[in-house]
Amino acid sequence: MTTTLSPPRVVPEATTRVRQSLAERVAPYAYIAPFFVLFAIFGLVPLLFTFYVALFDWNPIGEHVFIGFDNFTRLFGDARFWNAAWNTISIWLLSTVPQLLVALVLAHLLNHARLRLAVFFRMSMLVPYITSVAATTIVFAQLFDRDYGLLNWLLGFVGVGPIDFLQSVWGSHTMIAVMVTWRWFGYTTLLYLASLQAVPRTIYEAAAVDGAGAWKQFRHISVPSLRPVIVFTIVTSTIGGLQIFTEPLLVSNAAPLTCGPVRQCQTLTLFLYEQGFGQFQFGYGAAIGVALFVLIIAVATLNYVLSTRIRPERG
Amino acid sequence: MKKADRVRWWTYLLLGAATLACVFPLYWMFVVATTDTATATELPPEILPGGNFFHLAGLVFSTVPFVRSIVNSLVVAGSIGLGHALLCSLAGFAFAKLRFPGRNALFLVVVLTMTVPTQLAVIPQYMIISSLGWVDTLQALIVPGLASAFGIFWMRQHLATTISDEILQAARIDGAGTWQIFWRIAFPLVRPAAFVLGLLGFVTAWNDFLWPFIVLKSPEMYTAQIAIKALQNSYTIDLGLAMSGSFLATLPLIVLFVFVGRRMVAGIMDGAFKG
Repeated sequence: MTTTLSPPRVVPEATTRVRQSLAERVAPYAYIAPFFVLFAIFGLVPLLFTFYVALFDWNPIGEHVFIGFDNFTRLFGDARFWNAAWNTISIWLLSTVPQLLVALVLAHLLNHARLRLAVFFRMSMLVPYITSVAATTIVFAQLFDRDYGLLNWLLGFVGVGPIDFLQSVWGSHTMIAVMVTWRWFGYTTLLYLASLQAVPRTIYEAAAVDGAGAWKQFRHISVPSLRPVIVFTIVTSTIGGLQIFTEPLLVSNAAPLTCGPVRQCQTLTLFLYEQGFGQFQFGYGAAIGVALFVLIIAVATLNYVLSTRIRPERG
Repeated sequence: MKKADRVRWWTYLLLGAATLACVFPLYWMFVVATTDTATATELPPEILPGGNFFHLAGLVFSTVPFVRSIVNSLVVAGSIGLGHALLCSLAGFAFAKLRFPGRNALFLVVVLTMTVPTQLAVIPQYMIISSLGWVDTLQALIVPGLASAFGIFWMRQHLATTISDEILQAARIDGAGTWQIFWRIAFPLVRPAAFVLGLLGFVTAWNDFLWPFIVLKSPEMYTAQIAIKALQNSYTIDLGLAMSGSFLATLPLIVLFVFVGRRMVAGIMDGAFKG
């Protein structure tokens, strides 16, 4: 502000740096306080408390008995836990990998300078994002229905017999993964597209002049320049995807808390809910929460390390 | 025009397919929501809407307190949207424009909280809500969601790039206090960004399921999402009813999207990483 072009207005240092009143000095802290207070009460304290409760045989209306690591010993010997952990990872992989790949391709296509109807395409990509998980699940469960579903009806034409998506392990995982992918691929596409638009057009033009086709441009320009946002979406989809709950809860009406009679699609969060709020075993439920926490941190870290290896290709 | 610069036909084919995939499930929801169960389970399926919508919608309203649940959702999502717009702007303003000891460290903490998976702590969260006496109340849904790390990060970016320090310093020389500077100068200038952030908060809160599912007990406290679930419970066979409920619960967002969808798209792209 010292290099202003307006008539110089000499402000003595003493007036610009007036001794601030106490209220003025605490103002910044007051402005950021609401978030910190809310996060502490409803985020951090519960998270730390989860580790504490996990050490108890904790019934919400009965006694709280300290049992040390017994919940964890029991958890690791519990086949239902390993089943839920496997289901969680399987559903997460089936939903994240296609989602990010589809988003990459679509963002690249949407980034074309001469694309018509660009606004229309972008807006339709956001339709799944505004649709709730609950509504999505009910529609997809119907589309995937064994007897009346549109998908099985269509599969019938190519000679594939009716698939009982809900009752089989891979079928239910696929069905849930399709829902997750459907809901998020458009949002991810927009994030990628925003990042791509910051890449100078001249780079694409130069590549085109040099004879690089769509595939080469995609591989050698788009993907490397999206590296930071790809890392970001991989990490966020790990944190969100491993906590998946609503889809598996709502697809199976007959046995919602286990996502089917043989727990074929019960995820860790659903297992946590079943033990905590279905069986009122808060301690055991909290132990599941701790295990899920460890899994999320491990997978997110691994993903972060792996995805930072995406390097600009030379060639 | 250079040959390599043309938009190829398959670009439109792929984008068209993606658009169809995005919109079709919603259309299908509407189709099933307007037919009777017998038609909904026929093969080949009826792919045009039927005339049964008002009958099914009436059934939705008489099966669960649906009007009440829509009002509940509006109150919850509206408060959270408003809370986001105001509280995150305020915090973003402090981080972008005010100098205070610990600023950078505190902002780092805000960003780091984005990576903390707190949803798995639902049991203690429930215990805290319970000890506050908030089980089965709407404030149990509203208060924890009033501000978010993402929102603060987002508003800080906008405040830092939109508002020059000169304006703020001029206002300070003229005797404005920090609050006046925020409320009279900074906030009006970033109102579009705060509006989009509020919308995103609204949509997220409207569609939230797990937390309301845990906290709400009585049907008259249900949000729209929990009401849909209740519909699915009470009439397992009646697809049309569940779909009508889903459609009605999605309708407010569809209407909202028609009016502000463009701004939401721009907002999401604005908030993304650049370069």
